[in-house]
Amino acid sequence: MENFEQKFDETIKRGLEIVKETEEDRLMTLSVGPQHPGSGHFRFTIKVDGDYIVYCDPDPGYVHRGEEKMCEYRNFIQNIPHLERPVIHDSTNITYSYSLAVEELTNIQVPLRGQYIRALASELNRQVYTLYWLGIYGIFLGHSTMFMWPVGDRELFIDLLEALTGARVTHAFNIPGGVRNDMPEGFKDRCLRQVAYFEKRLVEYEDIFYNNPLFRQRTEGVGILTKEDAIKLGVTGSVLRASGIPFDVRKAEPYDVYEEIDFKIQYMKTCDSYARSMVPFLDMKESCHIIRELLDKMPQSGEVRAKLQPNPKGPAGESYKRVESGRGALGYYIVSDGTPKPYRVKLSVGSFRNMLALPFLLIGSKLADMPSIYWSLNYWPVEADR
Amino acid sequence: MSSNQSNTQNGSEQKKNVTDSTQTSLSKKTEITIPEFESSIVNQLVTKFTDKIVQVVYVRPGRTKILVPPNEIVHVATFIRDTLGFDHAESVSGTDYPKDNQIEVIYHLSSYSDEKLSSHVLALSTRVDRNDSRLPTLIDIFKSAEYHERETFEMLGVYFEGHPRNERFLLPEDWADIPPLRKEFRIKGR
Amino acid sequence: MIKDLVNPTNFNLMVGKLGDVLTRALDLPLGYAINWGRIWSLWPVHLETACCSVEFGAASGPRYDVERFGIIEAFGSLRQCDLIVVQGTVTRKMAPRLRMVYDQMPDPKYVIAMGACAITGGLYIDSYNVLPGVDGIVPVDVYVPGCPPRPETLIQGCMLLQEKIKRSKIR
Repeated sequence: MENFEQKFDETIKRGLEIVKETEEDRLMTLSVGPQHPGSGHFRFTIKVDGDYIVYCDPDPGYVHRGEEKMCEYRNFIQNIPHLERPVIHDSTNITYSYSLAVEELTNIQVPLRGQYIRALASELNRQVYTLYWLGIYGIFLGHSTMFMWPVGDRELFIDLLEALTGARVTHAFNIPGGVRNDMPEGFKDRCLRQVAYFEKRLVEYEDIFYNNPLFRQRTEGVGILTKEDAIKLGVTGSVLRASGIPFDVRKAEPYDVYEEIDFKIQYMKTCDSYARSMVPFLDMKESCHIIRELLDKMPQSGEVRAKLQPNPKGPAGESYKRVESGRGALGYYIVSDGTPKPYRVKLSVGSFRNMLALPFLLIGSKLADMPSIYWSLNYWPVEADR
Repeated sequence: MSSNQSNTQNGSEQKKNVTDSTQTSLSKKTEITIPEFESSIVNQLVTKFTDKIVQVVYVRPGRTKILVPPNEIVHVATFIRDTLGFDHAESVSGTDYPKDNQIEVIYHLSSYSDEKLSSHVLALSTRVDRNDSRLPTLIDIFKSAEYHERETFEMLGVYFEGHPRNERFLLPEDWADIPPLRKEFRIKGR
Repeated sequence: MIKDLVNPTNFNLMVGKLGDVLTRALDLPLGYAINWGRIWSLWPVHLETACCSVEFGAASGPRYDVERFGIIEAFGSLRQCDLIVVQGTVTRKMAPRLRMVYDQMPDPKYVIAMGACAITGGLYIDSYNVLPGVDGIVPVDVYVPGCPPRPETLIQGCMLLQEKIKRSKIR
């Protein structure tokens, strides 16, 4: 018997020598590619050792449509329709920032009622975006009620936006100089009724989703991004506020009428995935108060846009303006050379800046945590690729 | 509204402040009130490095811009991070000026940890030659500029020395043309 | 008497005629049954190409419920799917992957081109990275115009596809 056991051990040893198993051979390369229910239109390559991820390399660019180059061939107003497509469900904010920058370059003054309506559309869009994000989070984690309820409630907000602007998602509502048209009659009452209904629903959301033991188990303690790392990596938006840094562009650098509005920055100090999914929800609650205050303080009548010129242009110069969109600080750097077309337009979007945190957080975590970390970083591939 | 007034102030300052690359010193702009906090930041920079290295392009409420030569950019950036307190780069972009035969690379820096600086964006810019565009990288100082620098390399052809991956990022794998954001790259049909 | 009728000369003829009668009797109902099964269970591949995916997601929501037509997004593998909805702009980087996904699906398969960018390039016709329409890569059955098309338009497109399948012959 001992002879047999010795021979058995020797055979195994010789077998392993022949195969020459090295460290590299134990790793398996996976490509979480553009066709994947867990990634959207974005690809990242990961190498897996057993159950743990040891290497991650993002590969964006599947929706790169060349927005910045196309901006140089159209004048300032013609740029609005294609600039609102990168974040199609949050389109008011991305054109808001563009309008602010162009108004600074071409010296256009926006009337007061136009500023209020702009801010109101921006807040309504923030609700719409966060509800869609919650819905897709539900799909990633296999929670289909979390997809159906937010997408259903989102339709009610889209009805409001359709009454205001005329389109469901691509509004083209903000132009340099104000907004295109005034609110219809009875809009204020509709809005207030919808906000009251939605606040009751938010209580139910908190019960069903955020106090759900399965959701908590999958997201608590997962993907910790400490405060110093968050500052060093330069992340923005809800990812930043979930790591304990109370920074919001609406408070740090108030644009338009946000100086008059009184609201609190929502932030959390536990730096995990659960905090990153809770902060947009708290932002939605705060947004309801902001909408009520805006409707209260709005002037009853007045112009909503400056007189439109056919080809606005200004002296040569440059401007950098940023706005708090659903995903973080969205900045525009526009250089103009005195002609009606911009010389250079650069978008600094929240998704591209948050992409740096993806390899940082995924390395060392388990493969099953990948969807909850990836989507909690609030990454929208179309926006990052522009 | 105060924001409207700041718009007009910006507009009038703009007509007098903005230049393209010529040197302007602070003493010439005596007609408008120059914001104090922003000019204190710029004064610190100008006193530490001489006027020859740091040229001030404009000083506006909340935005300032300085121009440094490419070989001094690492020292200036280290000073900005350690002494002034800016801790991350919001974006890195490049602009092609074929008339001056130069490419301007501009870093927009801001701060999360400092309360007073969080509304301020400092634009640090350099100019490199169009035919031989090499710059030292700033990712050891501001790690947040890593992917932005890679995108600037691919879109404009500016090589960052010291960056671990000067490769194509957003464009397709079989891209065989000149960098798209250069002015000689024309979109088809226009 | 049957033995007189069935002799070796006309045995083949009778079997042939019997086969003809059976085919004609069963072809129509069998084809109808197979088509009925295909129409009411079109499963799309989960491939979002660009911004129209938001309206596709809204179409799966509770208001424009597309699941009552049998269109459930199968989150398993794409070997079980038979519909591919090209949602939005197809860039030059995404095009080979789209063709790979189309090739891996089993027959019969159908393609819906959704949005103006998938039909002709749309708003981005002069971009350097965008294909002018997707019908150079995959054969398209139904074109759904709009930028982005409303969910009701997408449902009408699916119904047109169902009519097309009803009229097709089973091979």
